[in-house]
Order: sequence, then C-alpha cells, then structure tokens
Amino acid sequence: MELVLQLFNGLVSGSFYALLALGLSVIFGMLGVVNFAHGAFYMLGAVGAFVLLDTVGLSWWLALVVVPVVLGLVGMVFERLLVARLVRLDPLYNFLLTFGIALILQDVVRLRYGVQSQPYSRPELLDGQVNLGLFVYPKYQVFVLVFSVVVSVLVWLVLTKTRVGMIVRASTERPELTRALGIDVRRWVTPVFGFGIALAGLAGVLAAPMRAVNSGMGGDLIITIFAVVVIGGLGSVFGSVAAGYLVGMLSAVGNLYASAFSQSLVFVLMALVLLLRPAGLFGREEGVRA
Amino acid sequence: MSEATQPAQLRTRGLLREFSGFVAVNGVDLDVEAGTVHALVGPNGAGKTTLFNLLTGFLKPTGGRIELDGEDVTGLRPERIAQRGVARSFQITSLFEELTLVEHVELALQGRDGLGYRFWRSDKALRRYRAETDDLLEQVGLIEHANKQAGSLAYGQKRALELALALALSPRLLLLDEPTAGMGVEDVARTVELIRRVRADRTVVLVEHNMKVVGDLTDRVTVLQFGKVLAEGPYEEVRNDPRVITAYLGENVA
Repeated sequence: MELVLQLFNGLVSGSFYALLALGLSVIFGMLGVVNFAHGAFYMLGAVGAFVLLDTVGLSWWLALVVVPVVLGLVGMVFERLLVARLVRLDPLYNFLLTFGIALILQDVVRLRYGVQSQPYSRPELLDGQVNLGLFVYPKYQVFVLVFSVVVSVLVWLVLTKTRVGMIVRASTERPELTRALGIDVRRWVTPVFGFGIALAGLAGVLAAPMRAVNSGMGGDLIITIFAVVVIGGLGSVFGSVAAGYLVGMLSAVGNLYASAFSQSLVFVLMALVLLLRPAGLFGREEGVRA
Repeated sequence: MSEATQPAQLRTRGLLREFSGFVAVNGVDLDVEAGTVHALVGPNGAGKTTLFNLLTGFLKPTGGRIELDGEDVTGLRPERIAQRGVARSFQITSLFEELTLVEHVELALQGRDGLGYRFWRSDKALRRYRAETDDLLEQVGLIEHANKQAGSLAYGQKRALELALALALSPRLLLLDEPTAGMGVEDVARTVELIRRVRADRTVVLVEHNMKVVGDLTDRVTVLQFGKVLAEGPYEEVRNDPRVITAYLGENVA
C-alpha cells in the first residue's frame, strides 16, 4: 500500500521531469543546443505566476496560459538574439551561453525577492482531497499528473500527425536532406525553441502551488532533468517523457527504502544506461555515433 | 507547380572553393545544356562532390559564379536553390530512418510547394498529395513498402527512395551523386532505366564511377582532376583522350 502511494507520488514529481525533459529534448533535437537555462525558465514560470498574482491579482488559471506564452516569446527573442549567433560554433559555446543566462536570471530574481520562498496557494477549485479508491490524494497533485500527461500526448500528436511535426522530426534527423528538399529548416528553429521554453514555463506555473517558489528552484532540478534526458535517449521525445515518469517513480521508491540514497539513484540509473545502452532507453543507436 | 517541367541550363564560370589552403575546386567552367544528361567523372578527390555541394548551395564558393538559366544563383541557400527546381541526391545514403516512405515523399512535395508556416488541418492538406506520392513510389518500384519506415529498407531500395525524393521536387535540374554506388547488377539496371525515363523533361548531372552507366546514359562527360576540368566532350571522345586514360581510366583500361 505504502509502495503504491509512493509510486503515485513519483508519477506526480515525474510530471515535472517529463514536461521539462520534453522541452529540453525538442530543443536539442532541432538546434543541437543543450539548453542549460531550461531550469531558470522553469523558475521564471513559477516566479512569474507569483509576481502576476502579487501585483495584478492574476489568477493561477490565467497564469497557466499567460506565463508560458510570454516566456515562449522571451525564448524566441533569446534564440534569435543570442543562441542563433553561436549555433554554427562548437556546441560548448551555447552551453556556456545558456549556463551564463541561467545564472543571470537566477540572480536577478534573487536580487528582487531574496532566497526565501514565496507563498502561492492552490487554486480554490483544486483545493482539497480526492478519493482515488486505494488512497485519498490531494486534488491538485492529481490535476498536475493528468495535465502533464495530456500535454505530453498533445505534443506527441503534433509531432507525429502534423506537417510541422514531420518537418521537425525530419530536420532533427537530417537537416541537410531536409534543406535539399526545399524546406527552410531555419524558419522553424525559433518557434521550436520558444515552444520548448514555453513548456518549461508551464511546468513552473504548475509547480508554484506545490513547490517552494524561489530563485534556486530551477538550478536544483536541471541536473536531474539532464539525467532524465540521457536515460530516455537524447533527442527522443517519447523517451524523455517516459524517462521523466520513470525517474520520478524511482526516486519516490528509493525514498521509501533508502531515503539517504534516493537523490543518487537517478544518476546510478543514468550510469547504467550509458554503460549498457548508450543511446538511451528509447534513443536510436545511430544517434550516438553522429 | 505542375508535372511538366522545362529542363534547366547550368553554367559555372571560374568556380573556386578553398578549404584552408587546399583548393578543392579550382576555376571550373562547366556548361550543361538544357535537356542533356551530363556526367562528372574523375579520380577520388577530384572535387566532384565539392562541386555538387557548391551547385546546391551546401557550400559557398570562394570565387566564381553559378548560373541557372542565365540567372545568377551563386551563394543562395540550399532550400532556395531547391525551390528553383534543383534536386540532388547524396553520395552517402541519406534518409530519415524513422519516417515512412509515404512521409518522405510528402515531405518533399511540401518542400516543392513551399507551404510556409501553415500547419493546421495538416492531414487534409496532405491527402491531396496521396495520389502523387503513390505514383512516385510506383515509379521507383517501392509502392508495396509505402508504409514501412525507411530504416527497414535494403540498400538498393534506399537509393531508389532517394531518387523518388529528388523526383518529387519535379526538378528541372537533377543532380545525382553516385546513384548506382554499391548496388547489385539488377538494381543498377533498374536505376539506369529509371534515369532514362525521367530525363525526358529535365536536365541530369551525375557523378558516376561505373563507366558502363556513363556510356549508356550520358550525352556529355566532364573529367575533373585536382579540382580542374581535364577534358570535356561526348563519352566516346573523352574515353579515348590520352590525358584522361592516364589520369583516370589508366588502371582500368591498361
């Protein structure tokens, strides 16, 4: 019983891993950029929801729409102004750039709000508990899980069923061939980057009522997210989502049996995956050689 | 854009490409007349693939110019050149492993029509490509594999799919980089037959090592060596040119 409850807890925290890994993965696939600032945009999502509530009284439901859209636009500007300039160079340059941006964003928030966490209460509609049969669970957490699954499925549908999805998948795999077919890959790069950032912002808004909202919340998470993406298979969209929920459950179960060890478990899994299946659980072997 | 195409005429003047001190293409003047099949031959490292990459915009020339039907296209980006009716295949098999054959061809048809940012109701938009897609896959003999992922095809079939992709663009100029490389005898015969069929309303330039294929298919041959044009003319003439025999055919013919 306790185990089932922990597994469910794991799925809920896995929801955040999945959404963040999904954005990171789409961006990596399309641009070949490892976006270290992803955690900072997640933090901005949560802080943004708080600021909008605090200053103009914007409800959580509206923030859920407004914040990701705004952050997505910010992401597009960021890509155009900075990332695009370095994309032809060694990937290390963009890694350093996004790392620097993460530090700057984090410190700007710290400068204004300090290090203490900001309070953010659950939306009224999702307050309280719900009986799931096996156990009684907070409504809000159930919503987060369902919502993240729906978003992941929607993204998957867009990628597999639409024209844009086809172009994104094609240019992820072979940018040169895609261009030789007369498709302007570059015009999709900026929107895809913005979309990945919007997903990070969305995860942040979801996190605001249940996690500590402070400048450091993204930095703590991003390392785990990198592990999730590696486990799922770099650039594999399905893999990062699946690995997100998997890692969430693994940490939760680890917490139950070996709580001191639970933070390291994900990295043990990552090391095992790298040793046994370097392309990740759902990645293609071919991707590793390139 | 319709099925009927006007073959394009290709001309380069003093085309130059350096790679940090090494001159891969060194002042090439190439004249490909509209409607002809033109072969580029030469030993490895002669600059054939670099020349292809220059013609299709994947490399920017260090000097010289490229004209398509008399229009300057030097330095245009690959997708722009493709949109002007230039299609290419790659020397190394280059396909999307995870996309189905149908998706491949539909992607190319979209590239041809340049649908821009519109992506909603995509499936409906794609349905009108269905007949054209089937037709192309039929032509290259892959129709029964239409819904397989490209990764599952055999080597010869992959090359055939690449050809279908290039044809989907309804190109006026078709550039084929070693279309028969690594193929078995039957696949070579099928490919030759296909090229013969599709050359009707287009210009074809191919890099080819198989001299039988060159002899069977081409109107004119340009021989490259060390990034320069060594000889140019009809196949029969070029193959008897003593300079060419020493430079290239030497080991095979002697």
